Amino acid sequence: MLHTLAALVENHPGVLTRIAGLFARRAYNIDSLSVCQTEDPELSRMTIVVNGDDQVIEQVRNQLNKLVIVHSVTDLTAESVVNRELALVRIKVSSETRAEVLQTVTIFRGRVVDIGRTNITVEVTGDIEKIDAFVNAIRPYGLLELVRTGKIAILRSEV
Amino acid sequence: MNSGKKGSRGAAILLEALEKEGVDVIFGYPGGVLLPLYDSLLDSPIQHILARHEQGVVHAADGYARVSGKVGVCLATSGPGATNLVTGIANAYMDSIPLVVLTGQVVSSLLGTDSFQEADITGITTPITKHSYIVKDAREIPRVVKEAFYLAGTGRPGPVLIDLPKDILAMENVEPFPSDMNLRGYQVPGRGDSARIDEVVKAITECRRPVIYAGGGVIAAGAADALRQLSEKASIPVVTTLMGIGCLPFGHPNLLGMVGMHGTVTSNYAVDDCDLLIAVGVRFDDRVTSGLGHLFATKAKIVHIDVDSAEIGKVVRAHFPIVGDARLVLEEVLDGLASVEVPQVSDWWDRLHTWKNDHPMKYEKDRLTPQMVIECMGELAGDETIMVTDVGQHQMWTAQYFPIMHTRNLVTSGGLGTMGFGLPAAVGAQVARPNDLVFLVTGDGSFQMCIQELATIVQNKLPIKIVLMNNGVLGMVRQWQKMFYGERFSSIQLHSNPDFIKVAEAYGIRGIRIESLEQVNSAIAEAIEYPGPVLLDFTISPDEDVLPMVAPGKAITEMLGR
Repeated sequence: MLHTLAALVENHPGVLTRIAGLFARRAYNIDSLSVCQTEDPELSRMTIVVNGDDQVIEQVRNQLNKLVIVHSVTDLTAESVVNRELALVRIKVSSETRAEVLQTVTIFRGRVVDIGRTNITVEVTGDIEKIDAFVNAIRPYGLLELVRTGKIAILRSEV
Repeated sequence: MNSGKKGSRGAAILLEALEKEGVDVIFGYPGGVLLPLYDSLLDSPIQHILARHEQGVVHAADGYARVSGKVGVCLATSGPGATNLVTGIANAYMDSIPLVVLTGQVVSSLLGTDSFQEADITGITTPITKHSYIVKDAREIPRVVKEAFYLAGTGRPGPVLIDLPKDILAMENVEPFPSDMNLRGYQVPGRGDSARIDEVVKAITECRRPVIYAGGGVIAAGAADALRQLSEKASIPVVTTLMGIGCLPFGHPNLLGMVGMHGTVTSNYAVDDCDLLIAVGVRFDDRVTSGLGHLFATKAKIVHIDVDSAEIGKVVRAHFPIVGDARLVLEEVLDGLASVEVPQVSDWWDRLHTWKNDHPMKYEKDRLTPQMVIECMGELAGDETIMVTDVGQHQMWTAQYFPIMHTRNLVTSGGLGTMGFGLPAAVGAQVARPNDLVFLVTGDGSFQMCIQELATIVQNKLPIKIVLMNNGVLGMVRQWQKMFYGERFSSIQLHSNPDFIKVAEAYGIRGIRIESLEQVNSAIAEAIEYPGPVLLDFTISPDEDVLPMVAPGKAITEMLGR
């Protein structure tokens, strides 16, 4: 199954190589990976979606933890989290399809961020399922280009 | 050292930082970008051993670390110097040997431009180092060096690389930053989970057929004494990995011998039949389990004690996983056992003794065999003798037959199986322990992979006794071709071997050829007596096999040559 791991890592050059290399070397499959600086400028946060059974995930966590540049690894899969992904999608439009496409974008609470003569670019935010559903919905009109950030996630705070 | 221009050169700051870490010797090979460092070295009390190839440099540091328990230090120049270290770094990484590897690098402004003798050595070695640094500011040298030694020597030890651009080494008037470490992401496991340890104590009291499975981690943690006490206190038999040899002295009544592919029949049967397997500092390597983790010790509850949490559950699911320092954990287990009943294991020992009697280690005594040479060496050498091996058949015969009486007295390439390791590793071992007898057992294949280090032995007056098992073939490969490829021998003949006695003599080393049974004892005795290095060239048959043997892919109970 898919697991979402959150890793706090040092914000240095070469860190991404070490982590990506570890996944490649040990034959773990990364589904998505997103990384950026955190509130502490010395640290980056990686959200890694990885496929595997519990034993594989345990190994992934242990191997990541072993790296000196990794400060902590948390498995968010079973936790209560807010998760989001952002997608930028360029869709083919013609005078006949434009209205339908825009309607679909509205249903998915997307935003048009760029318009060309024969295409529009849309920004959609949501969980993975929503992005997948949107992509499937607009695919028949002509999916020209798709850029996804990969999942990011944060623990829900206790109420 | 602390005043004047030289004292504040980047290279001098590096050497001072090394001194602070207790470094007394560096194994190295100079080159262009290292000129400032080799210049400063002339003013440093640190001894420099010049090898003849960078592979010799790193294996020597590795041998030094294994026999001394200290961090080994080696040094090579940028580009080809650095890439020649790669095999040795991988070797140390696989066997968890603490090294600090210093490499020169092209000047910072040329980095990434494919400049002369440039190689991305930190990139190349990422998968085989515990950590690595490129120094970008000379003021950081003290901190980087301190961190590197701490990382190399603590937790699960391993090689740490520091890449040093020439301008950093050459920079003058450097005022270094404080050496305070900044390793927020690195924790060293200490005592194990005490509730889990209580469970282990209970499991020990309740078991009937226990086995301790001890590996290199026991030696790294200095836990051999605690392990012996546990074994003796509860009468638990001990099997060791190749890296764990020395945990119990050879001949100890509780020692069943090595386990796995070329282990003793008793060890393999015991692991297969036990009801409690106490695995300490081991990683269930495929040379032990045949790569069949699911068929390994299937009747047993498994205790797995290791300092590296990533080893727990990697191959075999443990019922009692304990992440911690092996010595501290075993001492706590011993404390727990002090107040409870020890297990009743006399029936188990009866069974073990039967296996031992039915399946002794055996070889033919009517001719000159490598096994008898090794046994004879054992009889003539003292308990403090350091045994270094290369890789191949001779390595396994040594592991099986040479009496290792203490930890850190066997130096062998376990995980990586690096032919050519032996000769330079023996250099490092003899430099670390100049007063102990150092034997190198090698083969005519392995010996020729780093034969240039004979010059290092002579230059440094190292009285190493080299025992060459000369069969004119790549013996282990030949054995596999004989057993599993229908005797279709392919590329294993070393037809154009030199006369090794003449080679030794050309370097200024005494050579003795031994071709018959009668000469063995006196030749070995003579070599031990002789004050300098000696090469003993034993002519042995290419048909000798390493037995017993678990065929590849078979369960460890299915041994050939039982």
